[in-house]
Amino acid sequence: MQNQQYNTDIVKSFVHWSLLWGLVAVLVGVMASIQMTNPEFNLPPYLTFGRLRPVHTNAGLYGWGVGMIFATFFYMVQRLCKIRLWSDKLATFQLYLFNATIIAAAVTLLMGFTSSKEYHELEWPLDVMIVVLWVAFAINIIMTIMQRKEEQMYISLWYMLASIVGVAILYLVDSAAVPVTLFKSYSAYAGTNDANVHWWFGHNAVAMAFTAPPLAMFYYFLPKSTGVPIYSHRLSIIAFWSLIFMYLWTGAHHLLWTPVPDWIQTLAMAFSVMLIAPSWGSVINGYLSMKGQWHQMRENYLVKFLILGITFYGLQTLQGPMQAVRSFSAFIHYTDWVPAHIHMGTMGWVSMISFAGIYYLVPRLYGRQIYSVQLANLHFWLVLIGQLIWSFSLWIAGVMQAGMWTAMNPDGSLTYTFMETMVEMYPFWWARTIGGVIFLAGVLVFIINLFKSFRNGEAVVLSGATAEGRA
Amino acid sequence: MWEKRPIIFLILATLVILIGTTVTVVIPFLSVNTAADKIDSVIPYTALQQEGRDIYIREGCNNCHTQTVRPLVTEVLRYGEYSKSGEFVYDRPFLWGSKRTGPDLARLGGKYPDSWHYKHMDSPRAMVPGSNMPDYAWLKNNSLDPQLIERKMQVLGFPTTPAELSDLKGKSDMDAIVAYLQKLGSDIPWRKTVKTEIVGELVNPYANVDHEELEKFEALYLNNCAACHGRYHEGDIGPQLVGANYSENELFSIIYNGVPAGGMPSFASLGSDKVWQLTNFVKYYVSAEDHP
Repeated sequence: MQNQQYNTDIVKSFVHWSLLWGLVAVLVGVMASIQMTNPEFNLPPYLTFGRLRPVHTNAGLYGWGVGMIFATFFYMVQRLCKIRLWSDKLATFQLYLFNATIIAAAVTLLMGFTSSKEYHELEWPLDVMIVVLWVAFAINIIMTIMQRKEEQMYISLWYMLASIVGVAILYLVDSAAVPVTLFKSYSAYAGTNDANVHWWFGHNAVAMAFTAPPLAMFYYFLPKSTGVPIYSHRLSIIAFWSLIFMYLWTGAHHLLWTPVPDWIQTLAMAFSVMLIAPSWGSVINGYLSMKGQWHQMRENYLVKFLILGITFYGLQTLQGPMQAVRSFSAFIHYTDWVPAHIHMGTMGWVSMISFAGIYYLVPRLYGRQIYSVQLANLHFWLVLIGQLIWSFSLWIAGVMQAGMWTAMNPDGSLTYTFMETMVEMYPFWWARTIGGVIFLAGVLVFIINLFKSFRNGEAVVLSGATAEGRA
Repeated sequence: MWEKRPIIFLILATLVILIGTTVTVVIPFLSVNTAADKIDSVIPYTALQQEGRDIYIREGCNNCHTQTVRPLVTEVLRYGEYSKSGEFVYDRPFLWGSKRTGPDLARLGGKYPDSWHYKHMDSPRAMVPGSNMPDYAWLKNNSLDPQLIERKMQVLGFPTTPAELSDLKGKSDMDAIVAYLQKLGSDIPWRKTVKTEIVGELVNPYANVDHEELEKFEALYLNNCAACHGRYHEGDIGPQLVGANYSENELFSIIYNGVPAGGMPSFASLGSDKVWQLTNFVKYYVSAEDHP
């Protein structure tokens, strides 16, 4: 079989471990969410909300998200280059280092070793581990591409390469710090500069780690799943270059109305609105690639995950620019609306695409059919409904809270004290917990289905339809 | 062409990424934290305050509290003077945050007396009914490490004295974090400049309301005053109110403007109507002999 020439073990290992870290992320998320409504569930010193929340985000973003990037990039790069991975040993080293880093991350964060920077909390020794990890990954991917047997680089490879360069630049610049002890350092930048550098990182980590890679997956797995090519190559070129150009200007939309210079805020706002175009370039390209294939939404559960995923990407990239406009930001920023926005991206877009990627890989890596399509459909509905309850409850909460924060009496005084607005959030936080539990149930159904497939799934006879040669 | 040449592709992608980066991230270093935005009265943290700041970071307080007041009407009313770039030059890292599960803390320094903070950190719900903040009473059990703090001050380049460092002995994490919270936003004398002048004649809109009417104001008292002045006006952190001999107008202006030197915050943002309700409740409800 042609498969034998590829390293599939490394892909499987990364899938397994990212699933584990993804499950941890959701479990810790549910726990943190219960702490919001019931503060007695804070167990100091290690299990308080302030320490658990970074464990939730890091496990989700780096354990699940980046783990799936490693898995799917290693799968795709070998097929798209029609050659085995450049170095198996380096990839195995990367796997061990990846898990060691995630475990060390969880332990140090619970110990309270944190830089405090959102989505980049890990202290400097872990930063070093992550840099080594990323360099190992970059070398392997780039060398594989250099030796490829397919001259043309497919769209997915562009997004992969951009992601590798982008994450490297962002991470290095934002990590700069002066160590005091092994687990305490002070940022190389101070105050307003630090804020500006960090949100340049924060926003573009979303671009380079959670937009470009899922797009690489989407552009690969959608045509592979439907059997129909991407609608427009030219559109994908325009969307790609304008996306990676515009994203880098927008970090300061996280800092509207703060002491960061106004002109940076204005640029960030303008570029954020312009970003709708390249984002929707990919969304429309995805939708048009379904022309004549929409019946597959009924027949092929994989397509359902992919199309819902890209739809949430489309909604996310409309809502994001809206929040990046000064007037709306003044109203909505710092409320519960913001986590609702983020979770549409993570639960709706990145996770949906990653689930689809794994379903696609099952017959191809394990030689087994999925154990139950019904369970796959159940998984789909649970994670979809869970996410919608999660986001809608906090969108409503955010608008309500923003309205109360800005409400004024005719004499120019405030209508509500802070606590009068906060206590109104409790019912919505409860709803969010329920949404999270439903999402967790979906993930468990998914894992059970996968486990059953590996054990009892029907053996796959690779036919022409699933042949690996077609890129 | 670039679709077939990975090295050229990588160089192009890097250049494209660096354009926006240069403009929005590199160039600002020329103007931010320079003489252009410097504020002379802003001074570095003391050893105790800096350690408190590091504890604030360690406990992840920034996950629920922001530290930047935006120049928006309701925000300035609620929290105080809006934040200026020059106030943050000693902040490594910045702690502006992104979510207000709890209130903004940029102007917290000097709002309450130390004793309020100790009690609140011990048990937030005892001071603020309905709060979902975790208890931090256990911070009292951790003692500070003066040597480590000295090294931190050296790395940061902040001035310190042997006396200041030896004072750290016997102090706890709790002392440090309270010291830090009391410094927040207080390097510029904003409280003096925003003090509201009461102009014109004060007219009590609730003069001579009956006891039943007064009872309706109790919730307002419990939410805003009881933590310091006691459930039954018996006093605690703040003075007891039973038998306090203030005229209506005196009481009104104390509640409206606060007593910054005595640690009582201003309640102007409640609006004069609610301040009048409190005035009447405090002055007349106690004498009603409903409570022991």
